[in-house]
Amino acid sequence: MNWTQSLRQRFNSRNATRERAEPPRPLFVPNPKIMVRNLNFYYGDFQALYDNNLDIAAHKVTAIIGPSGCGKSTHIRVYNRIFELYRDQRAEGAVYLDGVNILSPEVDVIELRRRIGMIFQKPTPFPMSIFDNVAYGLRLHYRLSKSELEDRVRAALEAAALWDEVKDKLHQSAYALSGGQQQRLVIARALAVEPEVLLMDEPTSAIDPVATARIEDLVESLKERYTIVIVTHNMQQAARISDYTAFFYNGRIVEFGPTEQIFTNPKNKQTEAYITGRFG
Amino acid sequence: MRRRFFLGDRLLLLLSTTAALLVLLLIAGIFVVLVGHSRLAFQHLGLRFFVQHIWNPVTGEFGALPSLYGTLVTTLIALVLAVPLSLAVALLLAELAPPWLATPVSLAVELLAAIPSIIYGMWGLYVFAPYMAHHVEPWLQRTLGFLPLFQGPTHGIGFLTAGIILALMILPFMSAVMREVFQMVPAVVKEAGYGIGATTWEVTRGVILRYGIRGLLGAVFLGLGRALGETMAVTFVIGNEHRLSLSLFSPGTSITSTLANEFTEASEPVYLSALIELGLLLFLVSLVIQVLALLWLKRMERRMGAGP
Amino acid sequence: MRLKSHRRRLWIDRLVRLFAGFSAVVGIFFLLWILWTVVSRGAAALNLTFFLKGPAPPGVPGGGLGNAVLGTLILTLLATLFGVPLGLLAGIFLSEFGRHHPIGGALRFVVNVLMGVPSIIVGLFVWAWLVVPLGGFSGLAGAVALAVLMVPVVVRTTEDMLRLMPDTLRESVLALGAPRWRMVAILLRGARTGLLTGVLLAVARISGETAPLLFTALNSPYWPRSLLKPMANLTVTIYNYALSPYPNWQQLAWGASLLITLSVLALTLVSRIFLGGRKAP
Repeated sequence: MNWTQSLRQRFNSRNATRERAEPPRPLFVPNPKIMVRNLNFYYGDFQALYDNNLDIAAHKVTAIIGPSGCGKSTHIRVYNRIFELYRDQRAEGAVYLDGVNILSPEVDVIELRRRIGMIFQKPTPFPMSIFDNVAYGLRLHYRLSKSELEDRVRAALEAAALWDEVKDKLHQSAYALSGGQQQRLVIARALAVEPEVLLMDEPTSAIDPVATARIEDLVESLKERYTIVIVTHNMQQAARISDYTAFFYNGRIVEFGPTEQIFTNPKNKQTEAYITGRFG
Repeated sequence: MRRRFFLGDRLLLLLSTTAALLVLLLIAGIFVVLVGHSRLAFQHLGLRFFVQHIWNPVTGEFGALPSLYGTLVTTLIALVLAVPLSLAVALLLAELAPPWLATPVSLAVELLAAIPSIIYGMWGLYVFAPYMAHHVEPWLQRTLGFLPLFQGPTHGIGFLTAGIILALMILPFMSAVMREVFQMVPAVVKEAGYGIGATTWEVTRGVILRYGIRGLLGAVFLGLGRALGETMAVTFVIGNEHRLSLSLFSPGTSITSTLANEFTEASEPVYLSALIELGLLLFLVSLVIQVLALLWLKRMERRMGAGP
Repeated sequence: MRLKSHRRRLWIDRLVRLFAGFSAVVGIFFLLWILWTVVSRGAAALNLTFFLKGPAPPGVPGGGLGNAVLGTLILTLLATLFGVPLGLLAGIFLSEFGRHHPIGGALRFVVNVLMGVPSIIVGLFVWAWLVVPLGGFSGLAGAVALAVLMVPVVVRTTEDMLRLMPDTLRESVLALGAPRWRMVAILLRGARTGLLTGVLLAVARISGETAPLLFTALNSPYWPRSLLKPMANLTVTIYNYALSPYPNWQQLAWGASLLITLSVLALTLVSRIFLGGRKAP
């Protein structure tokens, strides 16, 4: 995104191409959409992630849990290369999306971010109408007629279970919506451009319990069509909605497995301690 | 318990309230003074003061049109040039440039803003105007000479030179304010824009500019106000001739340069009063612009709902 | 669905970046051009005579602008003496007494309007209030005009800087049983760097002003003797000399330009250093 970054990456590009030449083997997850291999991450001199290896199963929900500051958000911010907005942040290793290393400099970041949508902790509606919010990404990426655009906005709002609440006020400011509605609006905005993966960075931590329940239902309904990664510090939430769970601690993936196993029969002492609420 | 009485408190409240009222009275005072002293001219010239283009101290006929025209034309040139440039500089400083580049550039912009207007005037008269006369204006005439704007003799002294210098003077002001507006947009909203796959420009246009539109307009109005009231830089290079001309190369005058040039030489009471009426006009124009800006911003606020 | 061309989108992005870089280069280019002009033409004039001698009669070579240097110093100092206390008090009113008071709202609005009032209008105002009643142009009127220009800057800085002080500080001082004026004194102490910076910026703003002096202090070929007489000052001298036909006067005008530019830039830099990472008001 900035010139120093792109220079540095051009410098490392030989490395990245070689890695792409040998597609990695899945860990144990069937049909992985994303494979993370030996991912290390740095904020300037501070190393935030250590040798992360993780597979994200297609059309499943993968939860990332762990105490705050353990690198959960940092980890998923590599997937769409949003970390590149900041000059002192840098990632080493490989993240394969459908077998292609997205950290390689030849990757088209625009296309990558269209394919991988991201939802943030706080709702991030843009200062425009509800309709324009959902249409924002569509207008960026696609050439659409007016009627096509309207259809797709409606479809996205329906998929985000928001259509019925906003269909009469599509041209009002998005800021007039409640926090929970705003968060679903942002999900609709992300869904509109037809991504394949949805990254959700603690999407319910800033909204009330009722709205949280609606979003959890929504996640459940979305996994048929999308691959979902959700960062959460709410363990009940992870247990309720995810198929796989990765436990992060101090920048390392301590344990990764099917959610049921992590919550009922953790292999690692630290995981067990965290899940039973003894720290974090 | 007995209520304690502090003399210091009374004194502080009294003094600071007095100061506040004095500052409030300033603006009213300016208005009263200007109206009072321009009454004579208004009695003599009536409304034709605002529509006629004669300016003749000998016959006592004065018209504000040439000055007003010069003020508006130079301000317009300045805005047309400076708004896109200052937006771009603000974008560079806030979004694009790495710190090693942003720090010296913002320092340079700040220093450009600090240079007194009379220095712009000196430089404009002795260095920039000749350069305009010999290089820029002939070139404009060759390429765009079919437009009436770029016809006529090229002296280097006139509306265009004054407008360009004004643009230079308001560029740093506007870009400093715009930069702050850009930096006020929360990082997570920008990230959301990038996260959908927008380029830097697309995030700027679609999200940041919308988010900060009120502040950006504020910056433009700030620049507009400065350009309208700027005196010395314009006086040096506009030529100080009371005439109306479509050509931007032509010398003209502005309200401020007319005042600066003629005020201390005006011997007739009507002449002096006409000059003060010009000042009143300028004062009212800049006041109206501020009020319009406030109303416009209020409307934007309503349309944006409970937005940022 | 047809995807838009990424190459085109990236090209537009690159063009915008290029334009941003170009704009910055334009600004820096003109800054350097102006500085170079002032330094190269003015350096030769800045010698001891410049500071120690008054001007020579028209057409006679030699002479200096010592009178104008002194006059500008006097005008600036007086303006600071008039303007800073007024602005400081009004700022204290805004921050400590008038937060929700209707006068507070009106004052804040008026201060913003005053910031936008053209300085030449302030000159006219002071001309009418002081020059006409006193029967002539005077240094006093010039100082008052400059003070009026300083006031809004000082008011805004004072309010901003006092607002930065946490309410817990106010409460803890009052909780000790101290009177309000002591609390304000402590707030002022805490905010003193910011306040000083505001004053410096205000001084920088007025020390290069010309327009408000044209109808108030006017100018004078003599050394300043009385506040009730026209007073020599650098900026109006530049204006008069620059448009004069005498080469030595033009030379002096360039010297004065250099001196004014250097002082204003130095004030700006110093206040920027004082300000550190904080925002300018």
